[in-house]
Amino acid sequence: MSSVDTSAGLNRTAAAAAKLRHRAWYQQPRYQRLGAMVALGLLLTLVTGEQGSTDDLFGAIEADFTGPTVWVCLAITVGLWALREFVDEPVRRGWESVRSGVGGPANKVSAQVRKDPRLRWGLIALVLAVAIFLPSGLERYWQTVLVDQIAVYALLAIGLNIVIGWAGLLDLGFFAFFAVGAYSTAYWTGRLPVEPPVELNNFWVIPIAVVTCLLAGLLLGAPTLRLRGDYLAIVTLGFHEIVYLIAKNADGFTNGPSGARLVPDFSIDIGGFSYEWSLDPIPYWYLMLGFIVLLIILFARLEHSRIGRAWTAIREDEVAAAANGVNTVKYKLMAFAIGASTSGIAGVVYTSKVGYINPESFLLLYSILVLSYVIFGGMGSIPGVLIGAAFLVWLPEALRDYVDPQDRYMYLGALLVVMMIYRPQGVWPSRRRQRELKMAEEGMGDADAMSEPAGGKFS
Amino acid sequence: MSLSEFWDYLVLGVMLGSLYAVIAIGYTLVYGVLQLINFAHSEVFMMGGYGSLIVLTLIDPGDNPSVAMGVVLVTVALLAGALFGGATAYGLEKVAYRPLRRRGASRLIFLITAIGASFFLYNLAGKLFGRDPKSLPDMYDNKNLFSVLGAEINITEMLQLSAAVVMMIGLDLLVNRTKMGKAIRAVAQDAEVAGLMGVDIDKVISRTFVIGGVLGGVAGFLFANLNQVKFDMGFLPGITAFAAAVVGGIGNVRGAMLGGLLLGITETLTVPLFGEEWRYVAGFVVLILVLMFRPTGILGERLGRAA
Repeated sequence: MSSVDTSAGLNRTAAAAAKLRHRAWYQQPRYQRLGAMVALGLLLTLVTGEQGSTDDLFGAIEADFTGPTVWVCLAITVGLWALREFVDEPVRRGWESVRSGVGGPANKVSAQVRKDPRLRWGLIALVLAVAIFLPSGLERYWQTVLVDQIAVYALLAIGLNIVIGWAGLLDLGFFAFFAVGAYSTAYWTGRLPVEPPVELNNFWVIPIAVVTCLLAGLLLGAPTLRLRGDYLAIVTLGFHEIVYLIAKNADGFTNGPSGARLVPDFSIDIGGFSYEWSLDPIPYWYLMLGFIVLLIILFARLEHSRIGRAWTAIREDEVAAAANGVNTVKYKLMAFAIGASTSGIAGVVYTSKVGYINPESFLLLYSILVLSYVIFGGMGSIPGVLIGAAFLVWLPEALRDYVDPQDRYMYLGALLVVMMIYRPQGVWPSRRRQRELKMAEEGMGDADAMSEPAGGKFS
Repeated sequence: MSLSEFWDYLVLGVMLGSLYAVIAIGYTLVYGVLQLINFAHSEVFMMGGYGSLIVLTLIDPGDNPSVAMGVVLVTVALLAGALFGGATAYGLEKVAYRPLRRRGASRLIFLITAIGASFFLYNLAGKLFGRDPKSLPDMYDNKNLFSVLGAEINITEMLQLSAAVVMMIGLDLLVNRTKMGKAIRAVAQDAEVAGLMGVDIDKVISRTFVIGGVLGGVAGFLFANLNQVKFDMGFLPGITAFAAAVVGGIGNVRGAMLGGLLLGITETLTVPLFGEEWRYVAGFVVLILVLMFRPTGILGERLGRAA
């Protein structure tokens, strides 16, 4: 009985206090939220609206706000607001029951999979079987998407995962190493203006490209990794721009804007057995699947090795790691260089498959794309980044008839922001990373190799 | 390169550098209070350009406006750029960064949000206003005013230089002499303690964004007046200006000015020495060289707790 009295008393006190504050109606949180939702509705109208043209500056905006979409968008957002403000309880309860209904068993299954190695291997075998047998049943268009984009980006994503997910370094020039790999392929197969000392089979180009990218990564990382974490972001961005401009302007070596053409495919010729990969995507898919599986095995071994643990230590607290005798610069460099060489491998495979490259294949945009795939999937988790790359490459292709392809980067940007605000750990996070992000928010540890959190630890 | 050519390029470099300096201040202020590379600042700059374009299109000055009209037009366009830039920066802080700050998210999360916001904004601008470049309407007859050491200075250049210089002096006074500047410096030094001393941190951070945004917006107008307005016009000046802020010493307002001038001059002098196509490489080469020998920039880091 007494607890009811107390709470009623508290309510009365709270109401009295609220009256004392003398806020106008529009200053109340409820109506401020309404304002925000109306603004969101207007923004949504613009985002989903017409394409503008330079000749008629206000054409698109006028069309958006005179058409019916503005009312639809406003109805959606204001409806959401009303739902939250007036019928919050039942909605929340319904949502909770859905969550416990789906989440409970899902959590149980994932815990079971984690505990039981047989189940885990079974799951991996199942995914592998799908990856092996499914593609031959797809349409040619989707086979090409699978090989030219999904497989390439998956390879890139598992490479970038090391740099950003495990070592916590923000690399905005990751795709530049892809370009280095691509131009190495063109050079060593004799498709650039400069003659190589000896023309090589594409398989031999891979180790060369790996070494080249390792060296480029070391060259770039050595001066910058000693500095504060976020300087790396701007320097790698600059590096990407430099690589792009060299590809575009150094006509004598890179053949300028026209790039390289007729790059040969992979081929094997070992004593009597010879095979050449060709235009057909399926054999290339198996080749790339081989690379992906091989790298995943290698990297998964790395994650739990001494090196992987050093990366974790650096990411969680760089100063503490250094104090415990971890050579932070060495391990950061190592992560950076391993990531770079994975990117290089992807470049070699892509160039061999597609057969031509030009500087426009290496825009800064692509670095950001790979980054967003990794973030979306969940940094630090290999299945996560694979899902992220596969899903986000597939989605725009699947929607290409409904959404203007020019708008896809706008949606991607919005997705990144929303993701960072509501689910920074990604769709399939690694458990460790999830915990770190949470701990960083509570003021313990860093969750990235960038020292203190932005804005200090105040709220 | 003859001596007169050299002077020509030097003058151009100072012009460009003053613009970079103004943008770099926006980066450096935000970095000072949040330790965040605000990648979306290049979109604040872009929105400044669009703001002046929108207002000038609405006014529709026609051909050959009179001198008095020209003065009015320039003022209005400049204010429109400032308004749009400030509003964009304010909105960004409120919508994207404040929720993260409340949660105390890690810096990686901030950076990725900034990149996402930048992506969203410039592609939205491209969608709404078309993706081709567009020039501002003529506001005045761009005559040569006078010459310095053989280099002719025209009205556009004079406008750009004087606006940039006025803004830089004004900002320097604001940061070093006013109460608000003191609050900004306090938050940059130690936000927690500043809060305990009664500084309203949220307000200071919000205002810092607006100040940087106003400068960026005006720079957007000046840039648009010199070149054209385009949805991705912010990208190269943005990253170059950030490089300038780092070269001068991040968090250091005077460092940003120095870095901006240095990169502007280097970039323009690259054109006659190595060719037009290499100009955008110059800034980054300078950046990497400076960081190798002076890891905290020429004038050293200031403001923030960073050491």
